[in-house]
Amino acid sequence: MAAAMPLALVVLLLLGPGGPALAEPPRDSLREELVITPLPSGDVAATFQFRTRWDSELQRKGDTDHYFLRYAVLPREVVCTENLTPWKKLLPCSSKAGLSVLLKADRLFHTSYHSQAVHIRPVCRNTRCTSISWELRQTLSVVFDAFITGQGKKDWSLFRMFSRTLTEPCPLASESRVYVDITNYSQDNETLEVNPPPTTTYQDVILGTRRTYAVYDLLDRAMINNSRNLNLQLKWKKPPENEAPLVPFLHAQRYVSGYGLQKGELSTLLYNTHPYRAFPVLLLDSVPWYLRLYVHTLTITSKGKENKPSYIHYQPAQDRLQPHLLEMLIQLPANSVTKVSIQFERALLKWTEYTPDPNHGFYVSPSVLSALVPSMVAAKPVDWEESPLFNTLFPVSDGSSYFVRLYTEPLLVNLPTPDFSMPYNVICLTCTVVAVCYGSFYNLLTRTFHIEEPSTGGLAKRLANLIRRARGVPPL
Amino acid sequence: MVPVTVVFTRESVPLDDQEKLPFTVVHEREIPLKYKMKIKCRFQKAYRRALDHEEEALSSGIVQGTGREAEAMLAEPQEQAEGSLTVYVISEHSSLLPQDMMSYIGPKRTAVVRGIMHREAFNIIGRRIVQIAQAMSLTEDVLAAALADHLPEDKWSSDKRRPLKSSLGYEITFSLLNPDPRSHDVHWDIEGAVRRYVQPFLNALSVAGNFSVDSQILYYAMLGVNPRFDPASSSYYLDMHSLPHVINPVESRLGSSAASLYPVLNFLLYVPELAHSPLYIQDKDGAPVATNAFHSPRWGGIMIYNVDSKAYNGSELPVRVEVDMVRVMEVFLAQLRLLFGIAQPHVPPKCLLSGPKSEGLMTWELDRLLWARSVENLATATTTLTSLAQLLGKISNIVIKDDVASEVYRAVAAVQKAAEELASGHLASAFVASQEAVTSSERAFFDPSLLHLLYFPDDQKFAIYIPLFLPMAVPILLSLVKIFLETRKSWKKPEKVD
Repeated sequence: MAAAMPLALVVLLLLGPGGPALAEPPRDSLREELVITPLPSGDVAATFQFRTRWDSELQRKGDTDHYFLRYAVLPREVVCTENLTPWKKLLPCSSKAGLSVLLKADRLFHTSYHSQAVHIRPVCRNTRCTSISWELRQTLSVVFDAFITGQGKKDWSLFRMFSRTLTEPCPLASESRVYVDITNYSQDNETLEVNPPPTTTYQDVILGTRRTYAVYDLLDRAMINNSRNLNLQLKWKKPPENEAPLVPFLHAQRYVSGYGLQKGELSTLLYNTHPYRAFPVLLLDSVPWYLRLYVHTLTITSKGKENKPSYIHYQPAQDRLQPHLLEMLIQLPANSVTKVSIQFERALLKWTEYTPDPNHGFYVSPSVLSALVPSMVAAKPVDWEESPLFNTLFPVSDGSSYFVRLYTEPLLVNLPTPDFSMPYNVICLTCTVVAVCYGSFYNLLTRTFHIEEPSTGGLAKRLANLIRRARGVPPL
Repeated sequence: MVPVTVVFTRESVPLDDQEKLPFTVVHEREIPLKYKMKIKCRFQKAYRRALDHEEEALSSGIVQGTGREAEAMLAEPQEQAEGSLTVYVISEHSSLLPQDMMSYIGPKRTAVVRGIMHREAFNIIGRRIVQIAQAMSLTEDVLAAALADHLPEDKWSSDKRRPLKSSLGYEITFSLLNPDPRSHDVHWDIEGAVRRYVQPFLNALSVAGNFSVDSQILYYAMLGVNPRFDPASSSYYLDMHSLPHVINPVESRLGSSAASLYPVLNFLLYVPELAHSPLYIQDKDGAPVATNAFHSPRWGGIMIYNVDSKAYNGSELPVRVEVDMVRVMEVFLAQLRLLFGIAQPHVPPKCLLSGPKSEGLMTWELDRLLWARSVENLATATTTLTSLAQLLGKISNIVIKDDVASEVYRAVAAVQKAAEELASGHLASAFVASQEAVTSSERAFFDPSLLHLLYFPDDQKFAIYIPLFLPMAVPILLSLVKIFLETRKSWKKPEKVD
């Protein structure tokens, strides 16, 4: 390593054209947001959203066809700190300023629900879409449990949740805000108190219902200057009523039924709880090849009657190459339960294809439901610049419905597992049988017999005589 | 072998010597390296008389002549092959060169030497030409640096700054580190700078490999070392001994090893934070380094860009900083040349070295690089193939598939071809052949199918067969022994009787 060499010989680059042309570099913008939603059970949900937008034209080598969807899933993998660290590296002010200060791995993974996502997509810059910019959105959702994290107390603060408070905004962010959902508690200050009191509130139709949020803007100097840090506190004045949470209009469940290790049935239940509107749902199922689906047994019933899907696409599996792909558009009638069931047979794998713990089972990836759910309240069309980020992840053009994508649970299925100790058992048994049988036969066949004089002594005879004398029987 | 064409003008040598033209002289030299390894270096000089247009061009040189204009007029119609040199011998009193300079080396594989009117003209001129040719093509240190990886450590490699390993391509990353975005709002026109300065240089080097360039801006990236305050100049400084510790903490954020097939060169531009401004690098004498930059062999370079203190007057934070890309790119290109091993050649005395072309690379410097790379590639390919052979000798369990075998054959053929081409002086095809040799040998050596049956140890086979055969074999062996004993007894008995 050394210092740089003298440049006497190499100063030649001033042959470039003129002075630097001061073209305005393309504008990149970063917006960050945190939404805190207190739940009626005493838990609290927090969702981070970071959006980076580049206005420069990223080169695309050859136009890929946008109509091809590639879908890949690893159902056995669990998200952990190894995934959080590179996710945080994508943020410009990672862990040093702004909202990303709160992203500490030891608190975020001590929760009852954790979800991370990265979305990259092109967005149009104007209504006619003559130029596009690229948007990178990172979202992270956690649900803090009142008993595990809160130790039974239902009062929450940023410090309690993340073990940090907000100190300064990220200098690179154009917007940095914290929203607290106070929908049910805004009228009376007697159930939930939010400290420090919000200066502004924001009201909008989110996911079909009207919601109110308290807004704290980190870029507003008055917010932080007073106390040098922002530690939002949520205090319950009255204990929260244990009312059941509102059931969403679309939810789903999935399970495997049947007995034994040969056959089974895969069922998905789709619930439409809307009182009077029916809407279609797109169901995408990707089942691994070792569950051989019998597509002729596919039945869809709603309210006891058969329901024929308006569109079915099925791609059969190829052993060890490709899983089953089943995609259907199902119309869910209002206020009903729809059951989609299909029977399958479990395949026997080659013995090198089993995992080291085959009796744990094999995972089946969750099915994906996408739907435009009709909303209770009509919403205004979304304005990209003004609306908060949580409203613009899946924008819709008309406000009468909102887009929802649901994932059901992943399933654990047992496949017929061979007994891996059998080769060893076979070797032992065969060798023993051969040794004993063959050995005895051989000995019998090749033994030569000698006549032997009876021996007078011998330890065994003396021992036997001792016992006979004790018994009072004449000796041998 | 380096082919050199020597062109004599009319008054450069005595007439009777001129009658002997054209002819060829070969000058061979053996460079001993280490452990009985030697490299033979041959300079083949083809002497000829100058053609008419060359005479014109050389005689019409301008008086204070740097020779460049003459050279432009000498533009040969045919492109000179890579690796070859052309030396023009002019008359002793020509005014093409300044008075005290004996020779001149131009940017495009040409050189000009003063002739001499003497009986031993050819010998003297021949020696001068060999000196110049060595400066322009191959010397010991170039070869030693190229083979540094394959020779054991000794005086050659330890203090030579190692150039980059030969590879099919390189990825160059320019990063702007801004540890204090609250005080500095830094902008740099990296796209334009790369297009104007870096891309021509890389285009000139494109024979040596594929290059790709990218850039990024990192915020809150600190150097790992705390700079010390120097009250004399009221500035902060980084000691030369603390420089090795600077790179490590930054390296993890650069994301360089993430997704690239080729080795990565990182060039960082660091704008120190307000609390540590201005920041200088001190060399071992304690004086601040002129360019405020340093580089690390085989990794890249770092330059510290101090914000002008006048920019702080009167404006509130953050201060907008517009980086002067010319200054920065000068340093980075110089570091790039050093990293590639394009160092100062060892010029003979009284020789004038011309300034480089606008791309920053003289053509014969590229030739030197290609010579060194070809030799290095050949050494790597041979080492890989030898290790594969030794491995097969030790572990007999490995299965060699047909395509692996064909890769090995291809590698051997390429090595032989490269050696032939190097000996006959065709540099371009030799370089291509050597690259192909390296690729094939690596593909054969690192093939995953070689490991397939590696873990089938012999004792497992024993463990399976012994429990089966041993119990069967024991009675057989015992009866064989018995038969043998009885036969021996029956032999003894007839003897006894008889």
